[in-house]
Amino acid sequence: MKILLFARARDLAGAAQLELALPPDATVAEVRRALALACPRLGPLLEKSALAVDGELADEETRVPAGAEVALLPPVSGG
Amino acid sequence: MVRLTRDTIDYHALTEQVRRPGCGAVVTFLGTVRDLTGERITVALDYEAYPEMALKKMAEIEADTRQRWPGGEVVLEHRLGHLEVGDVSVAVAVSAPHRGAAFDACRHAIDRLKELVPIWKKENWADGGTEWVHPGA
Repeated sequence: MKILLFARARDLAGAAQLELALPPDATVAEVRRALALACPRLGPLLEKSALAVDGELADEETRVPAGAEVALLPPVSGG
Repeated sequence: MVRLTRDTIDYHALTEQVRRPGCGAVVTFLGTVRDLTGERITVALDYEAYPEMALKKMAEIEADTRQRWPGGEVVLEHRLGHLEVGDVSVAVAVSAPHRGAAFDACRHAIDRLKELVPIWKKENWADGGTEWVHPGA
């Protein structure tokens, strides 16, 4: 599963995307845990960040379908 | 209409774009790069977006604003890239039959944009430091 990273998350991870090994239909909570293990440098920012699946914010129980685009969104500061 | 751009925002054109014969009021909001945040001096901001989702959310905000304050037009444009102090980072232009609705709709749209749209700014401080702004984190 590919996870897109932005802003400080990308800087901390040192990459604009991470590849995670996850089973099909993993929950967002499982994705978050896998991110924490794969990239501990994300630190406390990970807990404060939202996860989006195919451009929609997802809650922790949402299952990620195969091929979905997943993005880690730190707190926004646009405008 | 919603747009992300790397160019200077032509807010005159955006304002003209929402004018309608049936609308007696036009309100244009500009967000600009400010030089002071607390005690730290900003020399520039870098803006980045998750573009596909940002445009989707901006379109939803446009639709929501139109639905709540019907009868007028709504445009939202956000600039990305390296912006200097004084540059316009975002513009929201709204028209409505009367000014109460125009002010309310414009306020609503920019408030929602700041809340929902996946865009982030990085402060470039006068002392040479840089820092992504992530409220609460």
